[in-house]
Amino acid sequence: MSQSLSIRTMAEFAAAGEVPEVLFWVGCAGSFDDRAKKITKAFVRILNAAKVKFAILGQEETCTGDPARRAGNEFLFQMQALQNVTVLNGYGVKRIVTACPHCFNTLKNEYPALGGTYEVLHHTQFINALMKEGRIKVEGGSFKGKRITFHDPCYLGRGNNEYEAPREVLLKLDAALVELKRSKQNGLCCGAGGAQMFKEAEPGTREVNIERSEEALAAEPQVIAAGCPFCNTMLTDGVKHFNKEGEVKVMDIAELIAAANDL
Amino acid sequence: MGIGSIIFIVLVAAASWLFARNIMRVRRNILLGKDEVINDRQPERWAVMTRVALGQSKMVVRPIAGFLHIIVYAGFVIINIEVLEIIIDGIFGTHRVLSFMGGFYDFLIGSFEWLALGVWVACVIFLVRRNIIKLKRFVQKELDGWPKSDANLILFTEIALMSAFLLMNAADWSLQQQGAEHYVKAGAFPVSSALAGLFNLSTAAPSTLILIERICWWFHIIGILAFLNYLPYSKHLHILLAFPNVWYSKLKPKTEIANMERVTGEVKSMLDPSIPPPAPAPTHTVAGHEVADRFGAKDVFDLSWKSLMDAYSCTECGRCTSECPANITGKLLSPRKIMMDTRDRMEEVGKVIDAKGKWEDDGKSLHTRITDEELWACTTCNACTQACPVNIDPVNIIMEMRRYLVMEESKTRPALTGMFNNVENNGAPWAFGPDRRLEWTQE
Repeated sequence: MSQSLSIRTMAEFAAAGEVPEVLFWVGCAGSFDDRAKKITKAFVRILNAAKVKFAILGQEETCTGDPARRAGNEFLFQMQALQNVTVLNGYGVKRIVTACPHCFNTLKNEYPALGGTYEVLHHTQFINALMKEGRIKVEGGSFKGKRITFHDPCYLGRGNNEYEAPREVLLKLDAALVELKRSKQNGLCCGAGGAQMFKEAEPGTREVNIERSEEALAAEPQVIAAGCPFCNTMLTDGVKHFNKEGEVKVMDIAELIAAANDL
Repeated sequence: MGIGSIIFIVLVAAASWLFARNIMRVRRNILLGKDEVINDRQPERWAVMTRVALGQSKMVVRPIAGFLHIIVYAGFVIINIEVLEIIIDGIFGTHRVLSFMGGFYDFLIGSFEWLALGVWVACVIFLVRRNIIKLKRFVQKELDGWPKSDANLILFTEIALMSAFLLMNAADWSLQQQGAEHYVKAGAFPVSSALAGLFNLSTAAPSTLILIERICWWFHIIGILAFLNYLPYSKHLHILLAFPNVWYSKLKPKTEIANMERVTGEVKSMLDPSIPPPAPAPTHTVAGHEVADRFGAKDVFDLSWKSLMDAYSCTECGRCTSECPANITGKLLSPRKIMMDTRDRMEEVGKVIDAKGKWEDDGKSLHTRITDEELWACTTCNACTQACPVNIDPVNIIMEMRRYLVMEESKTRPALTGMFNNVENNGAPWAFGPDRRLEWTQE
């Protein structure tokens, strides 16, 4: 955890006349949320360790517009999207990686209609590819034999049919991967999607994240692996609700790989 | 030509005419929706239809209901081959006209019998699941009243039709055994011969048997014709619409929300004053009524025709609702209710058009039936679209209705107004400005 991070912005690359291998779209949660910032840094450590020449947009990055669109505000979504497309196309960006499935879905699926077509990867897909190329390995066995369960983010799994990349990465940890009762296509939402993250839940008998966390805890894992900053928040709160935060950790897949490699 | 044949021909003609009229009414109601061209990726569409509708691939995700449903579905499709023979016999006064096929005919009739028994048993189990075991998804409150009766009526009708079919064969088989005139020895009767034994039919008087056979024959065919005309008033319409509905289903990633072109024009003009604003909102005429092109959906006119076909294709099985995280945790939202409300509103509008010859505003809309609280409970997780055996998309309706609330009525949830302001002013859903976006690199 000691090395300082090596991070350059797209503007710095452009000024130096260089082209990065990939643009890391940090996302609002990854930039501002204290918990998600740790995921961002873990992912950057992995990128650094794998010697990936990546750039971020820095202050030029703004919200993709996902929560605005899902909350019905199409004008605001398109304002955001068109601004972002202008910036991305201005830099000639071809390839984007992000640790947020909501940014991933919007950039990959919804920007093409507004003139922004890129190859977009979720960070678990990117890490999986780095491993397959041998650019990063899992050293040591700090998670060997530990019970890990994976919560499928809706916007990665059902939304974009990616169930395997996160699991393939987790299997590299030599851990015991236990599936939840509702997983993959049948995965239960954490409760944050569709702009719910930014509002009070509608009245009901319980919170969605409590329902999901209860199910995750029933699998008796030592780690609940997540692949989305919002799922991470929801599940962390849920685990606390059951007073299990001492025994069960909610960690992003990037954090698990970084921790296993002592990065 | 006998009087029976004439009555038969008149009945079939009347039922066909009525059915055609009903289907045209359903078609007209579906076309109340907005135009949307869906004809891309055709090979894939045929493949999805073959797999999901014809092959019932999503039904068997729940093995018990899936297996039983396949029996009823196969029974419906295959036993209806028999209807072809019934129609020829009915018109010409013949009996088992296709029996010249010999061994193959025996095989067909034998398979129909086993299927009929299977359908009978499956429908009884379905009734038990609904009315005795009371599975949660069959007793939720949006099913109170007519939807529950509709479901039971369908099951009772199918049981009655299958009973008549088997009893008809039992009488026919007995007559064949007795060597009765007109009743040629044809067909194999593995189930009905046992039934005949059960009721001692083989020793009954030929006149009694002929009476039973004729009553059941007429009941069976009149029942089918009546059922056909019941479909357009029932959730059971799914047996027809499932196929086109799956063909036209969304092939794009589930969480992709379609772009609103008109908004793009306006936003581009806002961002760059040299781009002229788009032409004013177009209107389209629906049933003699001018409908403005709104932002989002206030009423059925504002939804795509595909969403309206979705609504007519829904058979209220409730798999969507039973997978919905909002519904599971006691929120008001039920994706099934969204579909039922959309269909009921469409029917309501259709009745006004039928009565007045054109659409006249009745002061109601989709929002009269679907509350804001339901709409705001959705997490857009797409568990409902995944669960639906015929690829219905409730999320699309919810999204369109949210768009209307926000963009036309400025109605939202207070916290979302805050989020909108933050995105607009800070470029983030929280109150952090762009100047703080790189702070994490320094921490």
